[in-house]
Amino acid sequence: MPLRLLKFAVSKKHPEPRMFTAHTKLKASYDVVIIGGGGHGLAAAYYLARDHGITNVCVLEKGYIGGGNTGRNTTIIRSNYLTPEGVQFYDASVKLWQDLSTEFDLNLFFSTRGHYTLAHTDSAMRTMRWRAEVNKHYGIESEVVGPEHVKRASPQIDLACGGHAPILGALFHAPGAVARHDAVAWGYGRGADQRGVEIHQQTAVKGIETKGGKVTGVHTSRGFIATNKVLCAVAGSTPRITEMLDLRTPIQIHPLQAMVSEPMKPWLDPILVSGSLHIYVSQSARGELVMGASLDPYEVQSTRSTLDFVEGLSAHLLDMFPFLSHAKVVRQWAGMADMTPDFAPIMGKTPVEGFYLDAGWGTWGFKATPVSGKTMAHTVVHDAPHPLITGFSLERFGRYELTGEKGAASVGH
Amino acid sequence: MKLMTCPVNGARPVSEFVCWGERRAMPDPAACTDAQWADYVFNRNGAPGTKTEWWCHTPSNTWFLAQRDTEADRVLRTWLHNGDEA
Repeated sequence: MPLRLLKFAVSKKHPEPRMFTAHTKLKASYDVVIIGGGGHGLAAAYYLARDHGITNVCVLEKGYIGGGNTGRNTTIIRSNYLTPEGVQFYDASVKLWQDLSTEFDLNLFFSTRGHYTLAHTDSAMRTMRWRAEVNKHYGIESEVVGPEHVKRASPQIDLACGGHAPILGALFHAPGAVARHDAVAWGYGRGADQRGVEIHQQTAVKGIETKGGKVTGVHTSRGFIATNKVLCAVAGSTPRITEMLDLRTPIQIHPLQAMVSEPMKPWLDPILVSGSLHIYVSQSARGELVMGASLDPYEVQSTRSTLDFVEGLSAHLLDMFPFLSHAKVVRQWAGMADMTPDFAPIMGKTPVEGFYLDAGWGTWGFKATPVSGKTMAHTVVHDAPHPLITGFSLERFGRYELTGEKGAASVGH
Repeated sequence: MKLMTCPVNGARPVSEFVCWGERRAMPDPAACTDAQWADYVFNRNGAPGTKTEWWCHTPSNTWFLAQRDTEADRVLRTWLHNGDEA
């Protein structure tokens, strides 16, 4: 028996510290209260403590850490977006991602695979060219490649896709990566916890107190907390929180479903996305194929999944990889995607003083976890938006100045 | 398969229907402010609840209203604009 294990057996006290401190009581007041213990909320807490020295911070989580969209996405990280605002923002995020495992001393299974967005039509090829040129202008590795490039990277693919959607080319993004999503929440959470931030799970927000248009406190299921700054990072639950403040936003909730296959030997190295076939697929470190499709077609605020989804996605996957007809699906689930009209997030200040919004993360939130945490921490501290997020303000809709990111949504949503 | 009741064609698979969002009152574009108009154009009630929505049965192009619990995704009632129910 390893000596380390023996220590656990004979020690009366737990010989190693727990990953998180369990706090039994809420304090009467905090400098900053963060609603939502997902990747975004915990990252903001982490950077508030690490970069700005603000540690009197409390993260309130209704369920458990990383149990929302942080644990429900398909873990793809990329920066080949369409708008200059989006490209610069997600590029900063990809750069932060690359160092996170070392920074946390926790293996995030960050794995750079290369990301292909397949084009099956002339119009899709045109959009790929547009994205490649915008990306290259901002120094991001992104290029339009032919079908033979795709075949080399993934020899099992049927380039004709069953004959009805032949692959004409693809946008290839070499830095495209995947990471273990739960570990991201744990890494940020532990880093924040070690620096003095309190994480309170099983604590729901019941109301937000304001006085003269300024935040004064938060009512929770475990009592009242006084605070002047609240950061809301709750993705699919955003409208439930903004409703407490009578704050109007364009956010609508649609379920986004995903599923995984049984584990297989490694055969699929790159991440493949097809807008026409409504599919994205990669192989995880465990060997499972992680697959997603487009949004559910209408508003629903729950995380139920459907058989229609599995049937539709499987049919399209077989167009690309006919040999998978014997593969079994082992899990499926859904997350609540907080969609915006222009497919860009809503970040920054709001008309309520001291209430900051990190929302509108729709189907693109996971990859933004590090940079959203960093920029929102800056925004909360300075009470002014970080330069990288000025294009994502809630006010943009009132000015009709949308940040049209729709062309970069890899799958037709 | 989830079913929805079209006021004209009866119960049909939900995949035949398209949701066009919550029924909302349009402000008078000539009289309202830019801010009121932007609010109408962009903002939505995204919180869960029982909502009255416009739906269309696409094969027959039948437009109708549906009352739906958006958290449980349960359709409570469907009717035509003139008030006729299935």
